[in-house]
Amino acid sequence: MTAGASDWSDRRLESVVGSILRWGVSAAALVVALGGMTYLSRHGGEPFSTGLFRGEPEEFRTVPGILRSALSWRGRGIIQLGLLMLIATPVARVAFAAAGFALEGDRLYVAVALLVLTLLVYSIAGHAGV
Amino acid sequence: MTVLAFSALVFSASVAAGFLGSLTGLGGGVVIVPLLTLALKIDIHYAIGASLVSVIATSSGAAAAYVREGFTNLRIGMFLEIATTIGAIAGAGLAARVSTSAIAVVFGATLLLAAWLNLRPRAEHLEPAHTDRIAGWLRMDGRYPAAGPEGPARGYGVRNVPGGFALMGLAGVLSGLLGIGSGALKVLAMDQVMRLPFKVSTTTSNFMIGVTAAASAGVYLGRGYIDPGITMPVMLGVLAGALLGAKALVRAPVRVLRWVFSALIVALAVEMIRNGMRGTV
Repeated sequence: MTAGASDWSDRRLESVVGSILRWGVSAAALVVALGGMTYLSRHGGEPFSTGLFRGEPEEFRTVPGILRSALSWRGRGIIQLGLLMLIATPVARVAFAAAGFALEGDRLYVAVALLVLTLLVYSIAGHAGV
Repeated sequence: MTVLAFSALVFSASVAAGFLGSLTGLGGGVVIVPLLTLALKIDIHYAIGASLVSVIATSSGAAAAYVREGFTNLRIGMFLEIATTIGAIAGAGLAARVSTSAIAVVFGATLLLAAWLNLRPRAEHLEPAHTDRIAGWLRMDGRYPAAGPEGPARGYGVRNVPGGFALMGLAGVLSGLLGIGSGALKVLAMDQVMRLPFKVSTTTSNFMIGVTAAASAGVYLGRGYIDPGITMPVMLGVLAGALLGAKALVRAPVRVLRWVFSALIVALAVEMIRNGMRGTV
């Protein structure tokens, strides 16, 4: 820790990061619940097949597929959209931390945050991008 | 069983798992995966995908509170997330290549380790560590409200960054392979290896769990391991249970619950290993 000014901006950064996490999780949970109600009201009476593992179809597996499915108001598509928002919450947190460190003039930790952000984007966009 | 009955059953079990997981600090994922695979015969890949998502929800919710109270060390968390995200991506890649039986056996062994780490008596370090050269260069030392939010902040030092970094990589691999937060291992890396105060270790670990789980959740989603019908009741249930647990924490007999939960985890771990060895997972 250096001077008081840096302490103050660290506290502000902590407060912003805390808000992102809280709002991200709340919004995601609401969307998942909405999708869940839609899904259960349409398919609640059908038999559930735990069956064999076959992997999800494209519409529940990729970002464009999930968006299309949610926009056509399919219950499971809306659930996946909420889950996608939840996965994006920590990513947004890292992006804001990078911006916060940049405002503090802390180049070392801007680089650290950008590296973590790159790894996250590689993982999500690289596997569920198209 | 109808879809509605299945959802209600999984939701109730997830509320219980999230409640106990938040009271004891072990997280809900460690119970949900064995429950879905052993009791409901769901494929372990789907169970792990659902657990990973619930881990993001609970850790982000709790981290929001801790960060504001000033316990979390953002710099240490961010730096060590390099190790946990690389580990998590590798672990998620591994999950597609090894057999489900092998995953079940590793899961059981990891549960036993987590239960043991959680029950070990913990003592706060009496002397703050002297910050070594690498930790000093990374400006990792910090201060935290040792005597409550109103009290004066106490400074602490940090040491052995390479050791902590390596252990964090392993925690990431286990998180991506098994769909758990690996909180126990993360705390071990910071508390024992890097000599951080215990409260800073646990809150910073919680802060890192969401990013670690998000790194492998991307891989799971793209592979089609995240099923909306299974994940929806798990995520909502674990989150609701965790919120209830956080409210009850002040009044609950935490010591008793920790023993009860640990006994349950040991039983589940043994079942996972037995089923994995017989090839019935």
